[in-house]
Amino acid sequence: MPAREYIRERFFPHIWCPGCGHGIVLNGLVRAIENIGLKKNDIVMVSGIGCSSRIAGYMDFHTLHTIHGRALAFAIGVKMSRPDLTLLVPMGDGDALSIGGNHFIHACRRNIDMTAIVMNNRVYGMTGGQYSPLSGYGTMATTAPYTNIDQAFDVVSMATAAGATFVARATAYHVQQLPGILEEAIRHKGFSVVEVMTPCPTYFGRKNKEGSAVDMMENLKTRTTPIGSKAKQENPSLIERGIFVKKELPEYCAEYQRIVERAMKGK
Amino acid sequence: MAKLKLKGHLINRDWCKGCGICVHFCPRKVLELDEFDKVVAVRPQDCVCCKLCELRCPDLAIEVQTEQD
Repeated sequence: MPAREYIRERFFPHIWCPGCGHGIVLNGLVRAIENIGLKKNDIVMVSGIGCSSRIAGYMDFHTLHTIHGRALAFAIGVKMSRPDLTLLVPMGDGDALSIGGNHFIHACRRNIDMTAIVMNNRVYGMTGGQYSPLSGYGTMATTAPYTNIDQAFDVVSMATAAGATFVARATAYHVQQLPGILEEAIRHKGFSVVEVMTPCPTYFGRKNKEGSAVDMMENLKTRTTPIGSKAKQENPSLIERGIFVKKELPEYCAEYQRIVERAMKGK
Repeated sequence: MAKLKLKGHLINRDWCKGCGICVHFCPRKVLELDEFDKVVAVRPQDCVCCKLCELRCPDLAIEVQTEQD
């Protein structure tokens, strides 16, 4: 198994609940990294706070476990000082879009070469099941006992509008696509955003009567469809998955280097 | 591609949390949970080495080993 080489086995079994989709993201990520053939020493993983952010502790790269919502800010600091390194920034939905919402949109706008993985389980799991900006209207949470009246963000539309040059959505169910999408995101030169829909059976599933981890995985199968499919036209409530945006724009570190060179010449 | 030949299912019982994802989504119903809620390969002869269990396991607790590996 490729996983063994890239994980810190001494911390396993991990703290995530039985059936938590975050483990499946970890599983897909080590396969993507193995396919690319990156050296562990060339990868920096920067995470914030939350269930999802614990992933950094389990991976045997250079890892930074930083403050809530600010993983991207730390990652930009690392990337600016060492542009040769590959930056991976796993974040939860609340971490990325609520606490770190501004960091997120501005990192998208700057097009700095790194991969932001938004592990979207639609809830704040670690702190006890509060609703997140991706829970969506009508869902239940410990802080919304009479249902949530906030509308959810669409991560893909938001990242696209903010200017990310690679935007994709995957799920924890579609494991045959997940490593491929992550691989393409990591290879992309620019800011890549991958939203991975993951089940949280302990909080989101229990509060919203979505059943067991297996039932939630079945839901990911039935509620999503590939981009541009016929099923989407017939049933607009389906969530599309796949690669939405892939374009080339000047990368931030390269542009900054050019500015440095111009300034050194004095013109 | 040559057909993969099964060597065995390597199951890490310390890491398995018994979520049942591998059991449910196995296309050949090779796996089951035992009385301790840990996965066991009860019908290995039916395994087609698709490795979906290995890919979907959130705990990295199962590995499908083939003769080709």
